[in-house]
Amino acid sequence: MSTYAIGIDLGTTNSAVSYFKLAEAEARGGAQTMLGIPQLTSVGTVEEKLLLPSFLYLPNEQEFPAGSLALPWDKQRKERVVGEFARAHGSKVPMRLVASAKSWLCHAGVDRLSAILPWQAPADVPRISPLDAAAHYLAHLRETWDHQFPEDLLAKQDVVLTVPASFDAAARDLTLKAAQQAGLPNITLIEEPQAAFYAWLEQMGEGFRKQVQPGDVVLVVDVGGGTTDFSLIAVTSKDGDVALTRVAVGDHILLGGDNMDLALAHTVNQRLAAEGKKLDLWQFNALTFACRQAKEHLFAEATLHNAPVVVPGRGSSLVGGTIKAELNRDELTRVLTDGFFPKSAVTELPQSARRTGLAQMALPYAQDAGVTRHLAAFLTRQARAMATAHDAPVKVEGKTFVHPTAVLFNGGAFKATPLKDRVLEVLNAWLAADGGQPAKELAGAELDLAVARGAAYYGWVRHGHGLRIRGGTARAYYVGVETAMPAVPGMEPPVKALCVAPFGMEEGTQADVPPQEFGLVVGEPTRFRFFASSLRRDDRVGVMLEDVAGNDELEEVAPIETTLPAQHDNEGKLVPVNLQAVVTEIGTLELRCLEKGGPGKWKLELNVRMKE
Amino acid sequence: MEQPMPSETSFLARLRTALSCFTGALASPDFCRRVAALLRPAQAPAQPNPVALPPERLQASGLAVLSLLQREGRLIDFLQEDMAAFSDAEIGAAARVVHAGCRKAFAENFTLEPALKDAEGATITVPAGFDAQRIRLTGNVAGQPPFRGTLKHHGWVATAVKLPTVSEALDPRVIAAAEVEL
Repeated sequence: MSTYAIGIDLGTTNSAVSYFKLAEAEARGGAQTMLGIPQLTSVGTVEEKLLLPSFLYLPNEQEFPAGSLALPWDKQRKERVVGEFARAHGSKVPMRLVASAKSWLCHAGVDRLSAILPWQAPADVPRISPLDAAAHYLAHLRETWDHQFPEDLLAKQDVVLTVPASFDAAARDLTLKAAQQAGLPNITLIEEPQAAFYAWLEQMGEGFRKQVQPGDVVLVVDVGGGTTDFSLIAVTSKDGDVALTRVAVGDHILLGGDNMDLALAHTVNQRLAAEGKKLDLWQFNALTFACRQAKEHLFAEATLHNAPVVVPGRGSSLVGGTIKAELNRDELTRVLTDGFFPKSAVTELPQSARRTGLAQMALPYAQDAGVTRHLAAFLTRQARAMATAHDAPVKVEGKTFVHPTAVLFNGGAFKATPLKDRVLEVLNAWLAADGGQPAKELAGAELDLAVARGAAYYGWVRHGHGLRIRGGTARAYYVGVETAMPAVPGMEPPVKALCVAPFGMEEGTQADVPPQEFGLVVGEPTRFRFFASSLRRDDRVGVMLEDVAGNDELEEVAPIETTLPAQHDNEGKLVPVNLQAVVTEIGTLELRCLEKGGPGKWKLELNVRMKE
Repeated sequence: MEQPMPSETSFLARLRTALSCFTGALASPDFCRRVAALLRPAQAPAQPNPVALPPERLQASGLAVLSLLQREGRLIDFLQEDMAAFSDAEIGAAARVVHAGCRKAFAENFTLEPALKDAEGATITVPAGFDAQRIRLTGNVAGQPPFRGTLKHHGWVATAVKLPTVSEALDPRVIAAAEVEL
């Protein structure tokens, strides 16, 4: 029996931990406890902070004095620095810095288990895999916890780990593996926008009933450091009480607050360059930092027209080496508010080439920086999907997009009130044009720490307290089946998709077994292509979709494979099997082969090595 | 410095080593040369002995605060620079860097409150038995308390201090390391 429920927000740029003492047996309200995380902030200097920057620095052997990388629980540490110092020093030595490991973890275009980070590092720099990096951050958090709570080791507690709602089955599987590698065998996964909503629920207490009523549709807009994530949560009534259902999640969009600060820095840098002032990498980093401060300043004080941006000299001559510029409000509005949150029409979709053909090597950053256009795409695609679904939880008749009635913001980017206002303005303009009522903001959300806090609260909710958000899997899953046709040179046989897991499968349930049989050869690896759809809500197990190539509702996930172990002398024998999907209690998807008319049962593994 | 293992410096161990030197030097010319080299006073040792650090070590926390303020707000650079040649605008621009950085570092490590809560400029009464640590009297200091006076500066008292933990392995005198870009 665990003493605490612990929520871990493993973020793209920052991680945080919140904890809930189960014995206290009541919601924490606004006082959602956070764990202080000791980390190196400079050589030989350890400070405790609420956020652990998700950066890993791989030092050269002679780079730092002996003993200076020690942590309170590991005096001998001499490699792999995590946190604030890794981020700060790594910005000066980028080739030894692992950043955005989480984005790599869900990037199907690379082998996520092989040592590829730091990306494009020179040969003598040690490299690690995206999985190892994620495991390393988690291990730091585990060690922090165990150091502070030696009586209640983290491995023995209820740990809830957050993942973007847009993470597919493979990325979730990898997150689970990272946790296991970090010494956390028992974890539960929760989607970040849901966690943010739980944090808000806990904060509001019973007061939440005044803000949301049955019939409401809450849009969660989560703009983190590196990713943007949307979810829709429907409020309904069931047996006289309020029920919450997460009805849809968006695509994975690699676009976040860090992009915004960079965009500002590039704008100011261009002006400096025109004046003949050239910045080196170190100065550019300082400029980005200064732009972030100027941005916060301008957003906080609506009357200011401009804010100074100061890049200190790198040498000891501070005053003499300082480069001064300023950021004015027009620029801020043009680059940030209009650039990232344009006043676009709901029909205007992101200008993006969906990835096709060759495996893309670098991170697949969003092609279009317009968050509002991504939002429009999400709401219209979901409306189309729900219009054809037989029991859509949200009424969409006669609407061109799903109409949210309330918006919950999450992520540090929304500390800027003008950005929240802009999202609401754009959304409400769409709603007005489509004959809807304006949506209101669910106020009072804590933007930076909500995900960790909500995850800890969810750990308590899982014990049967408070309101639980239902919804199950946000995707239906399919296995590729090659159609038999005579070989034609240069023509790939079309691939059909067999539904093995329907949309909305709850945790701890198993899907029906589709009647289709597959013949597996004992001792030989078998591989299936694997697809997901966040739009096909009605497909039941056994439904067969023609030709996946022409179907833009399907997204390919990492392939799944298995090898039936040889026993006695059955090697090479053909075994007829059926496939069955299971959603585990922890929130991951598992596929099994069931021997037809026999006792055999084998697990299929998602192969995340490389998508071909 | 690595401490020699006690077992190597016990009396018995020393006796054993001394006897080995005696017999070894008699038996082997090569061994004798090596022992003789050790007996000569060392000339310019390859590795200078690390200078003992006691005074700095005693002041380590003060130096760590300087290091923190330099790291976060370039305070030492600012104080060490000659301001005479710069315009107020130039100094002002740099002062923003120092102020923003040091303020953040300061807020994270120290919690301060005024020694007296009254507004500056207010007329206040200093009672008999006042805390002479927290209140300093100026001007016409005569007679016995209670005194009436004007609060000129409300003072500062640290209510919480949370300094970063600095490793014993570091030389606290290094406030900022030199940076060499390769």
